[in-house]
Amino acid sequence: MTFTLVFLAIIMATVIGWLLRQTLNTEPWETNDPLENQPGRGVLRVDPAKIGLLSFIAVVTSLFGLFLSAYMMRMKLGDWAPLAEPKLLWVNSGLLVFASIAFQATRGAAKRAQLLTVKTGLLAGGVCTILFLLGQLVAWRQLNAAGYFMTSNPANSFFYILTAIHGLHLLGGMWVWARTTTRVLTGADAESVRLSVELCTVYWHYLLLVWVGLFALLLST
Amino acid sequence: MAYVAIADRDHEVEHHDPTTFITKYVWSQDHKVIAIQYGITAVFVGLVALVLSGLMRLQLGWPDTFSFITPTDYYQFITMHGMIMVIYLLTALFLGGFGNYLIPLMIGSRDMVFPFMNMLSYWVYLLSVIILLASFFVPGGPTGAGWTLYPPQAILPGTPGTDWGIVLMLGSLAVFIVAFTMGGLNYVTTILQARARGMTLMRMPLSLWGIFMATILGLLAFPALFVSAVMMTLDKAVGTSFFMPAIMSMGETLEHTGGSPILFQHLFWFFGHPEVYIVALPAFGLVSDLLSTHARKNIFGYRMMVWAILAIGGLSFIVWAHHMYVSGMNPYFGFFFATTTLIIAVPTAIKVYNWVLTLWQGNIHLTVPMLFAIAFIFTFTHGGLTGIFLGNVVVDLPLSDTYFVVAHFHMVMGVSPVLVVFGSIYHWYPKMTGRMFNQSLGKWHFWLTFIGVYLIYLPMHYLGFLGVPRRYFAMGDTAFMPESAFELNQAITISALFVGVVQLIFIYNMISSLKNGEKADPNPWRATTLEWQTPDNPPKHGNWGHDLPEVHRWAYDYSVPGYHDDFIPQNVPANPDIPAHDDGSH
Repeated sequence: MTFTLVFLAIIMATVIGWLLRQTLNTEPWETNDPLENQPGRGVLRVDPAKIGLLSFIAVVTSLFGLFLSAYMMRMKLGDWAPLAEPKLLWVNSGLLVFASIAFQATRGAAKRAQLLTVKTGLLAGGVCTILFLLGQLVAWRQLNAAGYFMTSNPANSFFYILTAIHGLHLLGGMWVWARTTTRVLTGADAESVRLSVELCTVYWHYLLLVWVGLFALLLST
Repeated sequence: MAYVAIADRDHEVEHHDPTTFITKYVWSQDHKVIAIQYGITAVFVGLVALVLSGLMRLQLGWPDTFSFITPTDYYQFITMHGMIMVIYLLTALFLGGFGNYLIPLMIGSRDMVFPFMNMLSYWVYLLSVIILLASFFVPGGPTGAGWTLYPPQAILPGTPGTDWGIVLMLGSLAVFIVAFTMGGLNYVTTILQARARGMTLMRMPLSLWGIFMATILGLLAFPALFVSAVMMTLDKAVGTSFFMPAIMSMGETLEHTGGSPILFQHLFWFFGHPEVYIVALPAFGLVSDLLSTHARKNIFGYRMMVWAILAIGGLSFIVWAHHMYVSGMNPYFGFFFATTTLIIAVPTAIKVYNWVLTLWQGNIHLTVPMLFAIAFIFTFTHGGLTGIFLGNVVVDLPLSDTYFVVAHFHMVMGVSPVLVVFGSIYHWYPKMTGRMFNQSLGKWHFWLTFIGVYLIYLPMHYLGFLGVPRRYFAMGDTAFMPESAFELNQAITISALFVGVVQLIFIYNMISSLKNGEKADPNPWRATTLEWQTPDNPPKHGNWGHDLPEVHRWAYDYSVPGYHDDFIPQNVPANPDIPAHDDGSH
């Protein structure tokens, strides 16, 4: 559980630290708070949707952190036999990196209101992600063909479950991507999708980071 | 573009006005309607769990009497009772119910930040409840694994409901967590981003602090339950060995190898302990506001109350293994977790002292909500003290599997939060419905419930000291149990059934007052917080009419010396007629 505990300690320290900064040196019973007429003191200066996404990312990190903690605890038991990761995973990782780069470019283009680049960027990002997901399915088939079944060893079970959960989160992102792309292709301007593109970009970078972490863990164990 | 807070661009925000009956009351995106939907569903499912506990008590009071209660039924009742009460009633009611109703009203906002997701949260919650209740109707019935669902027994034949029940239970939990996450992201974001002008974090009522911190805990802790539910489902359905060790069942060697049941326990309690505070923190917050309002006095040590909530939230993640002392853990671990458990008692005790000091020299109005709030201080202190007993490894080991533990957690996490639920429903009923409830029925409900629960749970501590084991269907002939213990069990059953029936008074009162209750004053308790200052009672869609309120003071300006009223609402501006606080009494 060490991993999860460290992660949670960081999150809780951030949250509690921020909250404490809002609460120290205040005299709430005073009516004349010099800051009271500033709009919502203590409101973070970002769009609510971004706060929502960041909170969701914290939840997902907790989820993966707990899976990893379980992975490490289970690994120590006698019957663990590491599996040989298919080489295809390297290609898949590359695709996900490309997807992230495409989203990053789209984000810049949306800021500069370059509609054509936004369209191409979104399509490129989406295609790379779909290819990544298909690639993961192929990797599953390869493992199955090589005799690494889900139930034959806990290392295999964890491989399938971690890649599946990661893939499902990408699929969730693809829903927002599909809505945004449809809007752009049916005539919305770059400004109106800027926030959605930004949210997608952050989410894709995050899921890339999760994948890199997972892949590194799978390779090293 | 510089960032402009939501409260300052109110005119730009869409207000999704409902136009039809369906969008107004069924697929509603209004936080108040969603809150009531959550509340009614939670109370309904809670009543199912209450009936189950009555059936269990019948069996315990008069074993060998009721042929319709078999051991299988008994274990199914235990499991469903526990899980429903903790997750589907208390968590859903405090956060989905009170959280939804109070957050936008108390911070002076028109609604949640993501109303559509809020609506979705309720319907997904309802789906999880339906999946859960469906397990009563499948072959083999619901799971009887105990609410902690420990493997390997939870999924092995011999335990009730291993065909369908356990799968439905795990599926329902996963769906519930999805629903909770959608709601939780809303509560956190709304509190952070949608507060009215002047509503600094430190001017928020403590109810909101409790709900806020509990939501953060839920968002970070529920994934642990999700992870364990997914892995156990795979162990059951696919045959993986995450938790399942090499094991023989019914004379056959199963295909599982080398899994770790202790791993499940860690994951489960990593969720399970914060869950205690997910239920307790909103209760702490709500009860603080009830006490302050009905004692006409500012809450004692507001800042300390906030910091205590933060401290409890942080510490609640490092005490989980005190539920696992009997799992054979390393003694140093036990020492560590006993220490953290005793440390978390410090901020909790600070809160109890502050509640009592809020009452000290207050102008106490013994209204129905206040009675429940004061009763909470008793039951919570009582359950908290036995918690300190059990937090110590050496005391826990002999008591762990006895009725002492049952008494402890029912006092601290059953009775106490439920008293706050009742107090809060009575308190906000005039706001939610625009009608007053029947006060004498409310008082009858209070006294019968309060005395009744003590008649149930005080004797259970004694049974625990005798060593009467919990979870047993029947005690049989045992040398260590005197005849009096059996008689006590009968007395407890009579009290439990009595308390169960008494709740009908509450339900009758709530329903009949909807029609017959006198029209409520918009602010019947003369409270300061924003929800009582709405232009309409009950508040209409959008809450605030044309203009959002502006906040000029904290939530606890009660009995301010020199002011003509004994309360100053949060939206009353500071002006020379209202004396400033300069007496240094804070």
